[in-house]
Amino acid sequence: MLLPGAIVTFLLILFALGLVLFLAFRNNDGSLLGTGFSLANVLTVVSDPLYWTVTLRSLIIAALVTLATVVTAYPVAYYLAFHAGRRRGLLLFLVTLPFWTSYLLRVFAWKIVLAYNGVLNSALIESGIWSEPTLAFLNTPAAVVVTLAHAYAPFAILPIYVALDTIPKSLIEAASDLGARPFTSFRRVVLPNSMPGVLAAALVVFVPTVGDYVTPALVGGPASTMIGTLIQAQFGKANDWPFGAALSVCVMLVILVVVLVARGADRRFGSRT
Amino acid sequence: MKAERISTKQDGRWLGLYVLAYLVFLYLPVLLIPLFSFNDSIQAAFPLQGFTLQWYATLHGNPALSGALENSLVIGVMAASGATLCGITVSYMDLYGRSPMAATISAIARLPILIPGVIVGISLLILVNLVGLGPSRIAIVLGHILVALPTTVVIMRSRFAAIPKTVREAALDLGASDWTTFRRVMLPLSLPAVLSAFMLAFLISFDEFIVVFFLAGTEPTLPLYIWSQLRFPRSLPTVMALGTVILAVSFVIAGTAEVLRHRGLGAVRRVPANPA
Repeated sequence: MLLPGAIVTFLLILFALGLVLFLAFRNNDGSLLGTGFSLANVLTVVSDPLYWTVTLRSLIIAALVTLATVVTAYPVAYYLAFHAGRRRGLLLFLVTLPFWTSYLLRVFAWKIVLAYNGVLNSALIESGIWSEPTLAFLNTPAAVVVTLAHAYAPFAILPIYVALDTIPKSLIEAASDLGARPFTSFRRVVLPNSMPGVLAAALVVFVPTVGDYVTPALVGGPASTMIGTLIQAQFGKANDWPFGAALSVCVMLVILVVVLVARGADRRFGSRT
Repeated sequence: MKAERISTKQDGRWLGLYVLAYLVFLYLPVLLIPLFSFNDSIQAAFPLQGFTLQWYATLHGNPALSGALENSLVIGVMAASGATLCGITVSYMDLYGRSPMAATISAIARLPILIPGVIVGISLLILVNLVGLGPSRIAIVLGHILVALPTTVVIMRSRFAAIPKTVREAALDLGASDWTTFRRVMLPLSLPAVLSAFMLAFLISFDEFIVVFFLAGTEPTLPLYIWSQLRFPRSLPTVMALGTVILAVSFVIAGTAEVLRHRGLGAVRRVPANPA
């Protein structure tokens, strides 16, 4: 019974990732696996300021999206855990439903909202707030942040909700019995105990956004090129697979660092409770 | 004490309003697609120009579209079958196999959550080229098994874990082999979750774009067809009509899967703190 899982995990995940790592240290000669051993790709990624700029931009955009989704999701998860009562099941279903709808369609929806002759511009003019349509919405990094934050919003609620829901009610009661005001008991008891959920939520939002290439292409414009866009181009138009593999390895390293930092933070919060 | 209780109740009311606003933010942009798909204008802009079904009529008799739909359905069923099979075996062996190998496989199976889709896509592109498949239907199926795997593993794992240990132990005590216990006891008890996992995996495959972009050969899937149409402003209304149909189907499948996921455990025991 281990066979199907073994094939998928070892061949499709580990071996395929190993291929990317291998290819990152090869020269591009147009063949599938390149030739020779070379550090040229990795050195280009590290030395060319263009890649620093794009990587930094991807990190900033992903960080902003993560911050926005987690901060806006927290009160929703809190309500679900402590106040929803009989409506909890329905609300949980409603916040997770968008998760199962097409990501492409959710991004496309923002394209028609933000376009020059789109929904937002026409609504603002129609209601008299604006006199002329503005180009300021579409093709900006801000559009990328808003679109990604909306697209990945459902990812953040569930981990936080689970963390909040598993806090023993006796802990909160003990805090209030000992005289803590509601806000104090939230800050000193509920929030620290929910940090593992917050960190898990931050990770599941951060990982897909930092490598995204669809949203920058549809609503971002040239000023919002992200690292995923560059990787996609290497395996498409630019046709330099080894260099694309080197970029991918760098992204995985960045994610590894973020995961380790989150782990460390998790442990710190864990030891406090 | 009394004052405090009133204040938390008021907190709840304010939070309730916030949750309502959040849901509006979550759904409003998506619901604009159906709204403008019935609008008699080529542009998605206010004011609305009147009701029309003409954009839905353009969906009919479009060979590129029906080809993409057929492709998506075939790939979705194959990928969902593969992902569900893997989800069942990986989580069952993780829970009851008691081997380090099973635990390792289960841990790696959840790894795709930590890999951006673009890297899953290119790593599989290299792999399928290496083994001589090239971008093809099979390549897409493999990619989607990978993307759906964490979901099916999580669903099946929580379902198997919810079946009381005594049920499995009773079967084993009565002389059933491990395999018989799995096939005659554990699997039938988990059938609703199997269906639920299958449907959600199908949905993931059906809607998936980021990975399929790298693995598709000459036959596009539905999301790839939509992507190819986004370049042409004149086909936007058609995309919105198609998007509306896809959204409706997704809502129905996801809703059914949600109901199934929580059904059927009552025969074994009442599940405490059932979230639905």
